Amino acid sequence: MSELLKVEGLSTVFPGTPRDVPVVDDLSFTIDEGEVLALVGESGCGKSMTALSVMRLVPKPGRIDRGTIVMNGRDVRGLSIPEIRKLRGHEISMIFQEPMTSLNPVVTVGKQVVEAIQLHEAVDFGAARKRTIELFERVGIPDAAPRFDVYPHQLSGGLKQRVMIAMALSTRPKLLIADEPTTALDVTIQAQILELLRDLQRDTGMSILLITHDLGVVNELSDRVSVMYAGRVVEHAEREELFGRPVHPYSIGLLRSNPALSRPGEPLPEIPGVVPPPDEWPEGCRFANRCDRVLEVCGDEIPGATVQGPHKFVCCHAIAREGADD
Amino acid sequence: MLAYVIRRLSYGGVVVLGVLFFLFVVFFWVATPDDIARRALGEKAPPEAIEQWKINHGYDRPLWPWQSLEDNMLFSHYESMLTFDFGRSDADDVPILEKIRTGAGPSLALTVPMFLLGLPLSVMLSLVVAVFRETYVDRMGVVLCVLGMSVSILLYIIGAQFLIAKLLRWFPISGFDPSPQVVMRFLSLPILVGIVSSIGSNVRFYRTVFLEEVHRDFVRTARAKGCGEARIMARHVLRNAMIPILTQVVIAIPFLFTGSLVLESFFGIPGLGALTVEAIQGNDFATLRTMVFVGALLFVVAQVLTDVSYSLADPRVRLE
Amino acid sequence: MEAWVISNIVTSLLLVSSVLVVLAVRRSRMWSEAMGSLWKRRPIAIGVVAFYLAIGILDSIYWVGGINAGEDVVSAHEAKSVIDRLFADSRERSYSAPLADVEFYGSAPLENPGWHLMGTDLIGRDVVYLAMKGVRVALLIGGLTSLIAIPLSLLFGISAGYFGGRVDDVVFFVMSTLASMPTLLLLIALIMAMGRSTVSICIALAVTSWVGFCRLVRGETLKLREQDYVQAARALGVSELQIILRHILPNLAHLVIITFVLTFSGLVLSEAVLAWLGVGVDGSWGQMIDQARSELSRDPVVWWNIAAAGLSLFGLLLAVNMVGDAIRDILDPRTLRESP
Repeated sequence: MSELLKVEGLSTVFPGTPRDVPVVDDLSFTIDEGEVLALVGESGCGKSMTALSVMRLVPKPGRIDRGTIVMNGRDVRGLSIPEIRKLRGHEISMIFQEPMTSLNPVVTVGKQVVEAIQLHEAVDFGAARKRTIELFERVGIPDAAPRFDVYPHQLSGGLKQRVMIAMALSTRPKLLIADEPTTALDVTIQAQILELLRDLQRDTGMSILLITHDLGVVNELSDRVSVMYAGRVVEHAEREELFGRPVHPYSIGLLRSNPALSRPGEPLPEIPGVVPPPDEWPEGCRFANRCDRVLEVCGDEIPGATVQGPHKFVCCHAIAREGADD
Repeated sequence: MLAYVIRRLSYGGVVVLGVLFFLFVVFFWVATPDDIARRALGEKAPPEAIEQWKINHGYDRPLWPWQSLEDNMLFSHYESMLTFDFGRSDADDVPILEKIRTGAGPSLALTVPMFLLGLPLSVMLSLVVAVFRETYVDRMGVVLCVLGMSVSILLYIIGAQFLIAKLLRWFPISGFDPSPQVVMRFLSLPILVGIVSSIGSNVRFYRTVFLEEVHRDFVRTARAKGCGEARIMARHVLRNAMIPILTQVVIAIPFLFTGSLVLESFFGIPGLGALTVEAIQGNDFATLRTMVFVGALLFVVAQVLTDVSYSLADPRVRLE
Repeated sequence: MEAWVISNIVTSLLLVSSVLVVLAVRRSRMWSEAMGSLWKRRPIAIGVVAFYLAIGILDSIYWVGGINAGEDVVSAHEAKSVIDRLFADSRERSYSAPLADVEFYGSAPLENPGWHLMGTDLIGRDVVYLAMKGVRVALLIGGLTSLIAIPLSLLFGISAGYFGGRVDDVVFFVMSTLASMPTLLLLIALIMAMGRSTVSICIALAVTSWVGFCRLVRGETLKLREQDYVQAARALGVSELQIILRHILPNLAHLVIITFVLTFSGLVLSEAVLAWLGVGVDGSWGQMIDQARSELSRDPVVWWNIAAAGLSLFGLLLAVNMVGDAIRDILDPRTLRESP
């Protein structure tokens, strides 16, 4: 499989005093064609900012400070504004957490999909409309044709997310970024949307960058997983590998504290403390103050990656030492 | 939809009744007929003259229904106002309706162009500022708005009359002639001053409206689709900002009729604003009362229209 | 009691309460941080506002006696403020240009040559003195009006928003009624009906300005009422009054401050128009502008009167607006919402 998206050393910062505050710090990952990569982490760890950085949609006054983003052989950071617009919605599409507010309330849902098609392809309204209705059928919207002319507020949250997916797929993108696609939905609807995403991915062969805090969603959909903590990747592994044999203390804690994966009757273990806000991220390993395997060096030095296989690495001083002792 | 319009209309009617009651309290109870007569005749007027004045102007009856059910001021106040039988001026006995009729033309000639030029100008300027948000263009724009807002309209007028009319002699200092060939000669300067004096606060207001919309999730969606900034502004931001803008627009319409007190009297335009100023200076309570009522009535009508036009701009309301 | 005694009492009360407010601000981390960043953003504007406040305070403390020998008997028994005393001997006979040595018309020598920074007016009063007297009037208009309007709008806005139902209906009806009358006409009508005095002008301004603020408070209270922590407090059996005092009111504080600062300039501007209509407060800048209007058509032009009044007005409003804008940016979380 060939590489579709390669992100290396990405840092996204927000201006602050006395210095800029990084929300994504020296982050690297790759997505191959037809692959689903999940970025997992608690809220505030920089997952969404990573996604927006790939699209070059970081909200002002934030900006990408360092790093390269190569999509399909082209350097995204070097593209001109018209070029990046051609990329957005065409090669990379995105769906968001809040289907309630992500659609324009005063434009019919059909026209919003048509807009996405017509921005990138020279087709007339009739053809675009036909394709939109087909897409609506494809994403499982019942009564697709009459639903073309309704306004977002007339649809349920699940249907709105289906419209968002139809819009994202309308230009047959190579990469779909799904930012918490099911978080705002009811549990039963969540399962339907996940199933739809899995089917669509299998049928179209597109890649997905899945951003979520929900390990259940990761388990459903992804091939490989990157666990993020405070702006950095702490562990990267294939899905079975991560769920079966997590290595980083944070990944272990995250998996253990998931109610779906715990044993009934036992108290649910938790990671003490919370993710600190970006301007209070500690020097050295950022997980040090919550870690149960903390060493002296953790307070001073950012841990490098310890490679444990072709698709597996972990960033932890304690693990690195273990490896060195062996 | 029809039921909604009817409900809004009847609430508007209740508000008009409330306004009339408020006016009655202010003009008949806080300022009693004796006060009004004394203002008209002078502090030292003999009691007989005051009684006679009250009889002449219809202020001699008991105020409240519980004093006399058949013949009281409250009921006749309601009756005359609601039938547009405004009576005669306290000052010069001219029928008030007549005064309003002759004043409405010049007022509209001033305020309508002011409104039609000023509104698109403010909206366009604030769109520009919103597009360049977080840059020095935006910061400069905001500073200019605040500068403009901090100057009294009196100074705008005096400055414009002194500079443009007196020193540069581009326009006459004041005056009015309704004949179509020359009317704009007299109106240009007041229209210019009216627009300039209000542009600061308007641009600032619309900027906030646009910025509110610019940060919405659906704008991010549009950007993720590959929309350009101009298209985002026109199709996504402006269409959603139409609702607060419409409110401003429709609410401003009644003030087109009541005219601008300051502009009209400084520039000698014989409109309703100048009429009101005359009424203030002549202690003409009857005219003043009527002007407030007419203004409020137009405002209530405009508000009903706003709510209806809301429902046209916003499908969430239209389809309820 | 004489007016100057009341002025002294009110001024001292205001000074004491502002000291208390400063102490309270320093105890709260959130507020002292907000004040710190305000100071960092707008040092000049805050300095200007403080300068105006200082003049206003100096002009609000009166006492009798201590007048120089040259004064006549009547004014020796009149209470005078610090500002009055500074300019006690500055009277000339008629117009003089800024820093002039002689009168503007006729070239008669002045009593205080080269002393009048902005010249003197028709009856020889120092223009800087008149402009300084206007400071107190402007602060009085903005302050007294807010002192009437803010508690009223908080009372009605909170009860309407929190209790809803009949209370809300009545408050909403009163608001719609007042809001539907043209503001300036309503102002004039009220002042004409109540008679022209500083207090009645402030009451009239309060009547016209409380509606907007009340609507804001009502809307915000409606939102706060549905917040989880308020619901939780109610579920725990905390009394309504306690909930309002502890959970609603503190969350409206930033709104009160922002609105107070941003309406202040509107009130002073309204007074200027009222002054021109002949129903303003005596000694205000509006009145000065109105009186000086005809001087522009004199030849040669007498410009310093209107310039002094206009600049004083502009300086205060610009500083207040700048501070108000900064306060809103700091305190209103809506403008901080930067994520797309």
